[in-house]
Amino acid sequence: MSLLEAREVGKRYGPVVALESANLSVDAGEVHALLGANGAGKSTFVKILTGVIQRDGGSVELRGKPVRVSSPSQAARIGLAPVFQDPALVPDLTVAQNIRLTGLAVEEVRQRLRTMDIEIDFSEQAGDVPLPLLRMIDLARAMARDPQLLLLDEITAALPSDLAERVFTVMEDWRRRGRSVLFITHRLAEVIAMCDRATVLRDGRDVGTVIPREGGERQIVEHMLGPEAATAEAHAAEVDETAPVAVDAAPNVGAITVEVSDLRVGSLAGVSFSLRAGEILGIAALEGQGQDDLFAVLAGERRAEGGEINVAGKALRPRHPYDAIRSGLVLVPADRLLALLPQRSVRENIAAPRYNRIGRWGPINPREESRRVSTAIEALQIDTRAQGQVRRLSGGNQQKVTIARWLASGFQTLLCFDPTRGIDVGTKRQIYTLLRRLADDGAAILFFSSELSEFPLVCDRVLTLFGGRITDELAGEGADEASLLRAMHGLVEEVTA
Amino acid sequence: MTSSAALEARPRGGPSAGRLARRHGWTVGVYVLLLLLLLYWQTIPAHWGSFDVQLAIDALPLAFAAMAQSVVIISGGIDLSVGSLISLVNVVSAKYMIDMGFRNALLFGALLLLGSAAAGAFTGSLIVLTRVPDIVVTLAMLFVWAGLALEILQIPGGGAPAQYLQLGTGHWWSQWIPSGLVILLLAYAIFWLPLRWARPGLALYSIGSNRNAAYLSGVGVARTRIFAYALGGLFCGLAGLSLSATSGIGDPSAGQYYTLNSVAAAVLGGVLLIGGVGGLIGPIAAAFVVTLVKTILILKGVDQNWAQVIQGTLIIVVVMIGGLAIRQRRRT
Repeated sequence: MSLLEAREVGKRYGPVVALESANLSVDAGEVHALLGANGAGKSTFVKILTGVIQRDGGSVELRGKPVRVSSPSQAARIGLAPVFQDPALVPDLTVAQNIRLTGLAVEEVRQRLRTMDIEIDFSEQAGDVPLPLLRMIDLARAMARDPQLLLLDEITAALPSDLAERVFTVMEDWRRRGRSVLFITHRLAEVIAMCDRATVLRDGRDVGTVIPREGGERQIVEHMLGPEAATAEAHAAEVDETAPVAVDAAPNVGAITVEVSDLRVGSLAGVSFSLRAGEILGIAALEGQGQDDLFAVLAGERRAEGGEINVAGKALRPRHPYDAIRSGLVLVPADRLLALLPQRSVRENIAAPRYNRIGRWGPINPREESRRVSTAIEALQIDTRAQGQVRRLSGGNQQKVTIARWLASGFQTLLCFDPTRGIDVGTKRQIYTLLRRLADDGAAILFFSSELSEFPLVCDRVLTLFGGRITDELAGEGADEASLLRAMHGLVEEVTA
Repeated sequence: MTSSAALEARPRGGPSAGRLARRHGWTVGVYVLLLLLLLYWQTIPAHWGSFDVQLAIDALPLAFAAMAQSVVIISGGIDLSVGSLISLVNVVSAKYMIDMGFRNALLFGALLLLGSAAAGAFTGSLIVLTRVPDIVVTLAMLFVWAGLALEILQIPGGGAPAQYLQLGTGHWWSQWIPSGLVILLLAYAIFWLPLRWARPGLALYSIGSNRNAAYLSGVGVARTRIFAYALGGLFCGLAGLSLSATSGIGDPSAGQYYTLNSVAAAVLGGVLLIGGVGGLIGPIAAAFVVTLVKTILILKGVDQNWAQVIQGTLIIVVVMIGGLAIRQRRRT
């Protein structure tokens, strides 16, 4: 008999669909995996099941009875306990206080931690406890509620292997006691080793439930990709042999502009690559593999902990985004509102970075500025009907403004971090074309995207990151989703072996 | 990342004395500062009366105001209506108590406390329901309460029974124990201590520290925010009542002084404006520090305008030193 039955659950935020219509059935005594690429809707689904957000449509049944989960505390009462990737512990309270806050007995949680062989000082403030241990405390706290269903949302991401092992022991134990686990992970090896069944989400819909032990990685990846991509993969396989030649033949690739060697920061554990003028280099990675840190360091937001960055042969140690901008490294972030002045006009936004260049106290030359801004607006075909305030523009047009800013002020290297996030298809095309044109004009472009299908369209070369290291390098044409997904899951060695 | 690295990073208990000092260092610092100021005050020959009684009288309403402000700031809000709510309670009590006996005056005072807690709850509900930022709603309530206070009493006046005034200005048992100080400690013990380590208090800190984590832990965020403002309102009521008792009259503009000084005392007392950090013991001491500095400067014959400049400088210096100390600790 199924413990949890979710039917056609949906959630939208205005025009954005986070979850289209997802079905899920978890049996009692089962470890069930919920899989899917970034943005497939896994986290939204879990948040709906645990009352963090409310669903718009569909139904959820627990042991055959319809339930409406209105808050996390109510979810806990009816036996659904989540553990999220970001531990839900209040940093300014001690560990013990955090446990009492949820109305649990401290001893109970201490006992659960002991069975996992973890000793923690409960009078420590949660904010001072390292993240992996916080997750284990959060897990123990969820277990102490003795839930029918544990929902583990990417709990093993960036968890050291021995702690991950203990999570698996808990999952085994839960299964043995006839209870269930819903397990979300990007590590397919864990799914095959641990899970009885796996439901795959794609674009907000469930596209199949498989038995991982039988179907293996290939079957899961096929489901994650979908039929069109699977055929594209077949095509790509044919093209693959000619691909390296094509890249070598690319005529505009020029001198190395940015050379990164053994860069270490945050979760980035030693990354080296070089970027040439006229080239678009893709960075493909699952969430949290170090790409954020890489872009932050190159843009001067964070300081590197080790390694070197050379720009046009000179060492660059940016202490401030200003340093990076002066060496021609400019960032187009995914969150456009991070880069823009939302209440100001399109023109002011485009002109803003230029004030770095003019003499500090010199007057602004309105005619020259206006000319440059107009050129940039035309080049990007920005819809300026709502130009009075940038925040009124559509997401696509806002993104064009963030690129136009750099076009008007000049740059050598463009760092695009998921530049097409939440943008409609037409505008995406325009941005692809624009990036290619910029590269043809001699710019170097580093390109991260959470949409794998963009890499073969946009990039000359693609590097895959996993666990803070580069796992593979693919030619742009050969960067089909299947190869990317494998490399992004760190499965390269197994494939080549 | 290797597993051993993660486990080694685990803080090893450490000497509990060291941790106590680290966690309560700020509060201890404020008390040391207060002690130094008290010693210095002793050396000034000009001080009059039994000094600690006089000091308690001057600082009592501010101490309550600081408690009110601290509770709200800890929960992640800020209350700019503290001063005018104090004025309101002050004028209502002075206008009606003047004709009452002691017992009735006490009952009326209790009623006013309930009323001011309800007023705070009203402000909190407005913030939660309208989703307008705390600072805007409480700024608006500042004008509302101030207007009502002026409506009730246009000019300073009113009064209270002599026994009631003794509560604020007298002393109990010996002349060294000001009754106001005893009431302050009692209020702290009755209204704050039982909460501090129980779930409502933890909820208060949690919503100020990380609202999302608190929500995921099952805390009723809206309810707790309203509760914080209600508790703040209660302390405002105590401040208003003690103002009546120490000054002997009601004054519709007397509360003005307390709005920003309560923020100053909270910050001096180790409450972080971002919420989730601090307690009430520190702000109480800081209220005495603020009052003592003002009084010392007056006794020293420092021009009143310059006294304000010095007071402001003191706040910046103390908070800056505290901030540097915290940053130093984080680095090690």
